[in-house]
Amino acid sequence: MTESPNLVAFTPERLETVKEIIARYPEGRQKSALLPVLHVAQEQWGWLSSEVMDYVAGILKIEPVEVYEVATFYTMYHLDPVGKHVIEYCRTGPCCLMGGEDVYGHLKKKLGIEAGETTADGKFTLKEVECLAACGWGPVFQIREQFYMNLTNEKVDQIIEDLSK
Amino acid sequence: MARKILTEHINVPGIETFDVYRKQGGYTAVEKAIKTMTPEEVVEEAKKSGVRGRGGAGFPMGMKWGFLAKPEGVPRYLVCNADESEPGTFKDHHLMKSIPHLLIEGMIISSFALGANKSFIYVRGELMYVIRILEKAIAEAKAQGFLGKNILGSGYDLELVVQPGGGAYICGEETALLESLEGKRGNPRNKPPFPAVKGLYQSPTVVNNVESISNMPWIINNGGDAYAQIGIGRSTGTKLISASGHIQKPGVYEIELGVSVEEFLNSDEYCGGIRKGHHLKALVAGGSSVPILPANLITKTAAGEDRLMTYESLSDGGFATGTMLGSGGFIVFDETACIVRNTWNFSRFYHHESCGQCSPCREGTGWMEKVLHRIEHGHGSMHDIDLLVDISKKIEGNTICPLGDAAAWPVASAIRHFRDEFVWHITNPQEATAPGAVYMGDMALV
Amino acid sequence: MEEVKPQLLKITFDGIEVEVEPGTTIMQAARKIAEADESQGHLVPPAMCYYKPLPVSGGKCRACLVKVSAGSAKDPRPMPKLVPSCITQVQDGMVVENTTNQAVLDTRKSIVEFLLINHPLDCPICDQAGECHLQDFAFEHGSVKTRYEEERRTFDKIDIGPYVQLHMTRCILCYRCVYTADQITDKRVHGVMNRGDASEISTYIEKAIDNDFSGNVIDVCPVGALTDKTFRFKNRVWFSKPEDAHRDCDKCCGKTTVWYRGDEVIRVTARKNTWGEVTDFICNTCRFEKKQTSDWVLEGPTKVKRSSVISANKYRKDLVAKPDFALKLAASQFKQIDDSRPYVTDEETIRHQSIENNDKANHRSLAANNN
Repeated sequence: MTESPNLVAFTPERLETVKEIIARYPEGRQKSALLPVLHVAQEQWGWLSSEVMDYVAGILKIEPVEVYEVATFYTMYHLDPVGKHVIEYCRTGPCCLMGGEDVYGHLKKKLGIEAGETTADGKFTLKEVECLAACGWGPVFQIREQFYMNLTNEKVDQIIEDLSK
Repeated sequence: MARKILTEHINVPGIETFDVYRKQGGYTAVEKAIKTMTPEEVVEEAKKSGVRGRGGAGFPMGMKWGFLAKPEGVPRYLVCNADESEPGTFKDHHLMKSIPHLLIEGMIISSFALGANKSFIYVRGELMYVIRILEKAIAEAKAQGFLGKNILGSGYDLELVVQPGGGAYICGEETALLESLEGKRGNPRNKPPFPAVKGLYQSPTVVNNVESISNMPWIINNGGDAYAQIGIGRSTGTKLISASGHIQKPGVYEIELGVSVEEFLNSDEYCGGIRKGHHLKALVAGGSSVPILPANLITKTAAGEDRLMTYESLSDGGFATGTMLGSGGFIVFDETACIVRNTWNFSRFYHHESCGQCSPCREGTGWMEKVLHRIEHGHGSMHDIDLLVDISKKIEGNTICPLGDAAAWPVASAIRHFRDEFVWHITNPQEATAPGAVYMGDMALV
Repeated sequence: MEEVKPQLLKITFDGIEVEVEPGTTIMQAARKIAEADESQGHLVPPAMCYYKPLPVSGGKCRACLVKVSAGSAKDPRPMPKLVPSCITQVQDGMVVENTTNQAVLDTRKSIVEFLLINHPLDCPICDQAGECHLQDFAFEHGSVKTRYEEERRTFDKIDIGPYVQLHMTRCILCYRCVYTADQITDKRVHGVMNRGDASEISTYIEKAIDNDFSGNVIDVCPVGALTDKTFRFKNRVWFSKPEDAHRDCDKCCGKTTVWYRGDEVIRVTARKNTWGEVTDFICNTCRFEKKQTSDWVLEGPTKVKRSSVISANKYRKDLVAKPDFALKLAASQFKQIDDSRPYVTDEETIRHQSIENNDKANHRSLAANNN
C-alpha cells in the first residue's frame, strides 16, 4: 500500500468542535452539519481541496458528491488555494452609491491584482462578493470574520499596510 | 420621540450580556409566557398583535403560526431566518450583534408557543462574528436556566442551535433555507407542501424573520392589543428600516409604522435629509427587489396624498405608481446616481444569486444582466428596452420561488419610470459611458 | 363486504371532464384523457424535467405550466399564478386550461426561448437529433427567430467514463440523471455542481460513472447532454429501425429496444412508453455489450409515434424498387389514413406510413393533379 502524501485530518480540537456540531442535529440528520463543518475545514486548511471534502464526507457518512454539490453552490467556500488574507469586497448597489467602485479600483491598483487573483507574495486574494448586509456603512469589505466599513482610499491603504506587516 | 419596541435598550452599555439585558427587564416575557400562559395563549397574543413578517413578505406572523400542523408524535420546528442578504437591508445584522438576547428571548417564547423543542437560527455565514455573539448569549441564557431542559421548572425543554449559511442569498427563501439547514444546496422547494406541513426534516416547521420574532417579548409583556395600537390599520407596530445611499445619516432606525416618508427621509430623528448640495432622484423603499420610485412618487402618492411608511401606503397605486415596504431596505438615490448602472448592478446580483433550478430564472436573470451590461457600456439598441420588459414579464410569476419576481421587478420598474434615461444611454453611448456621466434630462425634481 | 373505493375527483381539463383518484396530478389527468382517446394527445402539457418513474422529478423546467381557472368545487377561485401541472394535485371540481389559454401558450413559448438561449444549435451533429424532446418542444411551441444576441454559455469538457458521453453545453438541468442515479445506486458519483446558469452536471473530480446501470442516464436525458459513446456519430436515429427484443439477463429485465441499420445492431436502449419514459431500467451489459442479433430474441417492430421522424425511411427499398406501386398505394391510402391514431403497430401500416412520410411532397402534387 502506498501512503498518501496529503493525509488530511482535523486537529484534535477541531475534531471535538466537529463532533459537537454533529451532535446538534437529530439522529440520522448529521448531513445538516455539512455547512458548519466545511467552515471549520476551511478555517484549518484555508480552502477546500477534494481530499478535504472527501474527508468531510467520510466524517458525515455521506457521499463525496454530496459535499461537492454543496461546496460549489455556496460562495464562501474557496475551491482553490487562496492567499493569507482573502478580501471579500462588496460590489452591490448600495455600496456603489457610496463610492464603492472607486475605492475598489484603488484597492485593485494597490494590490496589483484583479478579482479572483492572489498577490505574488501570497498575502492577499481578492474576491468580489454580493451584499454583505452592511449597506449603511458602505463601502464594505470583509476579511475572515472582520468587517471593514465606511472605506475610503486612505483607509484601504492603512488596512493593507497593517496586514502586510 | 417615537416608541421603541426593539431598540429601546440597544445603546445601553453591555446590553449584549445577559446581566445587563436582564436588568433592563429582559427575560421577564419568557417567565410570564412559560409560567403563566399556555402555548395557545401566546399564539393568540401574536395573532392579536397583527405583527407581519418582517423579512419582506409581510404575512401576518400569528396566522402563519396558526397553520402549523400538529400531528401526534412528530417533532415541530421553529427556524429563525437570519439570512439577511437583500441589498439595502442590514437591520437584522444590527439587531443581532447589538442585542442578541432580544432574539433569543423571542425564540424561547415563540418555540414555546409552537411546541418546538429544538429551534434553529440560520444566520448567513458571512456574519460569523454575529454567530459567535449569539452562541455566547445562548450559553449565558442556558446557564441561567432559560434554555435547555426543564426551563424555569416548567417541564418545557428547548435547545437553540445557530446554523451558519455558506454564502447564498437564495437561502433567505424559507424552503431554500430549510434545504440548506439539511446540508444541501439551497434549492427552493416546490410548494405545496408548505413548511407548516412538511418543513425541516419533513416535519411541520415555522420559519420567521429575526425582527418578527424579536417583537415577541414586548408583545407578551404588553399584550398583542397594545402592539396593535401602534401603527395604522393592518400595518401594526414598529419596523426597523435600514437606510442607506445618499442621505445624511445612514443607519438602522426603528419607526412606528405610519410615519410619513417625508418625515423619515428629512427629519433629524431619522435619515436627516439628502446629503448636502444634492436632491432626491429616486428611492428603493423596501430592499433591492421592490420597484424603484422616481422623486415625484416618493413623498406623495399618485393621488397626491402623503406617502406613509406602511405596507398599504407604499404599495398605493400598485406597481404603476407604487412600490412595497418589503424588508425595509430604504435606498436613497440623489441626482448623481445612474439608474441604468444601478439596475444593471441589481440585475447582476440576482443573476449571481439564482439557484439555477428553474429555467425562467436561471436563463432569464443572466439574459437581463447581459442586455443591461450592454446598454450601460454603450452597446445597447432601442429594441433592448422592450426586450428587457418582456423578459422580466416572462420570468415574473413563472418561477419556483420569488427570486424570479425579485429579479424582474427592479428592471421593469426602472424602465417604467426612467425610460428616457435608458434611451439616453442607447442614443448617446459616448456621453453615457464617460466616467461619472449621469443623465440630467427631464427627470422629475422634488 | 365490498371494498371501499376512494372517492374519485372530477377535473375539467381543456373542457374535457375526467375522473381521477386522489393524489393524481394535473399532468397525469391529462395523460389519462389522452390514453382514453388518442386524438387528444396534443392536449397533454409537455414535460422537459418531469419523469413519472422518477418520483422526485418535476417542477423545474416550467414547460408544463397551466392555468387553474377554478381551484376546486369548494373553492372555485382561480389560482393566481400558472402552476406546474406535473406536480400540482387535482382537487375535486378543478378546472384547468392548457391549450385553451393564451397566457399559458405565451409562457410556454417563452420557456422554449429560455431553454434555447444557451443551448448550442448543433442538432446536425448531435446524436439525440430526431429523438430530442427539446427539438419537439421547440418545434411545437417555439418561435423561429431568436432574440438572443449574447454569447452562449459553454463548459469545459469532462470525461465520465467509457460508455456515456457528457456534453454539458446541451444540458437543460432537468436533474433526471441525478435522480436516476439516486434510484439505481446508493453511491451516486455525479451531481449538479455550481449554481445559477453556471450549474453543471459533473463528477467534480473527473471520474468514471461506474455502475452496472449507469447507461440509463442516457435514456432519461431529454436532450443530447448524455449520449451513448458506443453509438456516437454512428447513425441518425431516423435511419435506424427499432425492434423490441429481449434476452435472458441475470442483472435486469432484459427487455430492450434494439436499433438496426440494415442487419447491424447499432445500439440498444431501454423501452420507452407512450410518454417517452423508461419504466424498466436495463443493465450496461444489455445496453453496451450485446450488439449481435444472436444475442436477442426479436419481438417485432417497436411502436413509434406517427409524428416521429423515426417512423420515416424504414422501407426505402420498396419505394425504390416499386415507385409506381408505392405512389399509387400512397394515393389510395392517403385520404383513408386516420390521423387520430398516433401509433403504428404492424408492419403493413408502417409501410404505408413510411411511404406517406417520405413522399408527402409527392402526395401533395398528386392530390393537386387529381383535383
